[in-house]
Amino acid sequence: MRHAFYLAFFLGTSALVSGAQAATKDSVTIGMALEPPGLDPTMGAAAAIGEVTHYNIFEGLTKIGEDFSVSPLLARSWSFSKDLKTLTFQLQQGVKFQDGQPFTSADVKYSFERDAAKASTNKDKAFFASIQSIDASNPQVVVLKFKAPSFQALYHLGMNTAVIIDAKSAATEATHPVGTGPYTFGTWTKGASLTLNKWDGYRDAAHIAIRHATFRFMSDPAAESAALLAGDIDAFPRFQGVEDVSAFQKDPRFKVTVGGTEGKTIIAINNKQKPLDNLKVRQAIAYAIDRKAIIDGAMNGFGTPIGSHLTPNDPGYIDLTGQYPYDPAKSKALLKAAGVKLPLSLTLTLPPPAYARQGGQIIAAELAKVGINVKIINVEWAQWLSGVFKNKNYDLTVISHVEPLDIGIYANPDYYFQYDNKDYQNIITKMNAAPDLASFKKYIGEAQHKLADDCVNVYLFQLAQITVANAKLQGLWKNGPIFVNDLSAMSWK
Amino acid sequence: MRRRASRLHRGAAPGLVLGAGLVAFLLAMALLALVWTPWPPAAIDVPHRLLHPSLAHWLGTDELGRDILSRLMAGAGVSLKVGMIAVGLGAVPGVALGLIASAVKGRSEDVIMQLCDFAFAFPALLSAIMLTATYGAGIDNAILAIAIYNVPVFAKLTRAMANSVMAREFVQAARAAGRSPAGIAVHHVVPNILAALLVQATIQFSIAILAEAALSYLGFGTQPPEASWGLMLSEAQNFLFVAPRLAVYPGLAIALSVLGLSLLGDGLRDALDPRLQKIAWQRA
Repeated sequence: MRHAFYLAFFLGTSALVSGAQAATKDSVTIGMALEPPGLDPTMGAAAAIGEVTHYNIFEGLTKIGEDFSVSPLLARSWSFSKDLKTLTFQLQQGVKFQDGQPFTSADVKYSFERDAAKASTNKDKAFFASIQSIDASNPQVVVLKFKAPSFQALYHLGMNTAVIIDAKSAATEATHPVGTGPYTFGTWTKGASLTLNKWDGYRDAAHIAIRHATFRFMSDPAAESAALLAGDIDAFPRFQGVEDVSAFQKDPRFKVTVGGTEGKTIIAINNKQKPLDNLKVRQAIAYAIDRKAIIDGAMNGFGTPIGSHLTPNDPGYIDLTGQYPYDPAKSKALLKAAGVKLPLSLTLTLPPPAYARQGGQIIAAELAKVGINVKIINVEWAQWLSGVFKNKNYDLTVISHVEPLDIGIYANPDYYFQYDNKDYQNIITKMNAAPDLASFKKYIGEAQHKLADDCVNVYLFQLAQITVANAKLQGLWKNGPIFVNDLSAMSWK
Repeated sequence: MRRRASRLHRGAAPGLVLGAGLVAFLLAMALLALVWTPWPPAAIDVPHRLLHPSLAHWLGTDELGRDILSRLMAGAGVSLKVGMIAVGLGAVPGVALGLIASAVKGRSEDVIMQLCDFAFAFPALLSAIMLTATYGAGIDNAILAIAIYNVPVFAKLTRAMANSVMAREFVQAARAAGRSPAGIAVHHVVPNILAALLVQATIQFSIAILAEAALSYLGFGTQPPEASWGLMLSEAQNFLFVAPRLAVYPGLAIALSVLGLSLLGDGLRDALDPRLQKIAWQRA
């Protein structure tokens, strides 16, 4: 009965929408693989939260563009002090939150202090904790003082973890988000879809073309293709059906773009687990892996090989794919030199995505050729997070790390790789304190080399960002430095 | 009445033949896979992925370049193994419990049958999820889950059949002659209910094959890179638009095996039913 009601309601609304389409279409339906667990990006780690809310409901001081550039958003302009420890923002004037509250420097101070607080579950909490003081004495100016020079602060402040929220609505952002962005939260049918509506009180409302947006959640690649073909979805950024891409490319109704994400797909190794604590064994694994076979077999050829924990889109990227070429003979020799008794038995834990499940079978077959017997353990995300990520109960796993410029995670000895190296930690400390882009690139270069030399993990490929969309829809991103669907930039031809 | 029954009997024979044929084919494939498959079923060959059927690969290759026919054959072996072990593990304690319940009567019978009702309330899928959560995913746990599901099926059938046999004159005669309940159960009851148990075993076998496919499809059964029809179906899901054959072959294999076993079970029941036999004899 309830389903019948929804169905009737749905048919009714779609009839209304198609009536409106006759004039100019002003609604869009976006497909997403995962549903967000909540809607507060400052308190939840799931990338799907940003895909719905970032730039649409919530805004930060700065905006990261498709090409990784930083431009003003809630801040009009900014300036660094000479020692790079003080960052001063001039804020936009006359900005209001969607509930009518004015946006001032006090909101910035409140948000960042909340992000750094003890109870905070912010993914980028360490960054906010590195802010020594926030001066909000002038409502239009915010002065951030950092404990150490912070060249990367502008990037951190452009992430969805640094959006500005209002103290009045802070407690309910996860279920009913209220921000300064061009869209207000509409409805959320858990397990199916979520809607946003254009906010006419937005400071630049005249330039927003899309009035209604619906996000539909479907994790099955076949269902994604079917929904696109049926016209139920106008665009699927981060499309997973890699096998169906060529069919969409041939179909004039669709436009397909292939760009790069920040996803670094790796075979993560438990560096404390014997015999994986032996550099030679890790190198043997690296030499046994044919990246091309994995990219072809698991991603239908979409993906760019990488040799360390950085993507070709990032500043300071160095191509290290030649350090461990596919060489099974060398792999066997290294295993022999390491004194490992063959066949060596290891486990390979695989989360749900195709790059892991299909890629993992190829990896297992390649390792078997050099005398490493791998037992595949397929797990769901929750099991992966608790078993591998939290409890470090694994030998090998295949995973894509999607956070931009997250090479610093290797400086944390408690991270699930369990890589504890003082030299590396020093490089990262210097990188974080880099005074300019040139020296930042120098240190991030050293970091990449160090990770490859120590063969901490096996670096496979950069995850491609494939977007399949209605050919008439414009304003979609090709590359995906961050997880975002910028509705304000979209329009219909 | 007589004519209707004889028509039924005549109609069952082609079913029995077809069922036996399909099951024999399944058995042959599984046995052949033990010694020979066209290609190693788990051999990955990425450059030759998603090939159409050809002389080298009769049914083509899958998303990792593995030979589909070889995987289907290996999958037949897995299905048979699961069916035999799960039915065997379910039938032995099930029949024993049913006989005990029928022989001892009274409170013990009530307790046994209530335990069976309790076990019956857990479908194989639920048991498999519980076992997987505790001991990890794997074919052994899937077999155990299906076996647990089979125990009450056999227990209930055995008790009902045994009760009716127990009431017959020759059993009463044996009891009057001083035979122990165990002796009666083994020497008089079991031979008389064996045919019915065999029919039930065939049906449970087909259910076990279906259950294994379902569990593997969901990730609770056979683990990659081993081949199983359910696992092949689940891996084919992402390729429905580019290579629907990847799903069609294992789907057909499951459907034909279950059909074959069901027909065989039905045919056996008709052939072994003494009443139907009598009718056929009278007609002749």
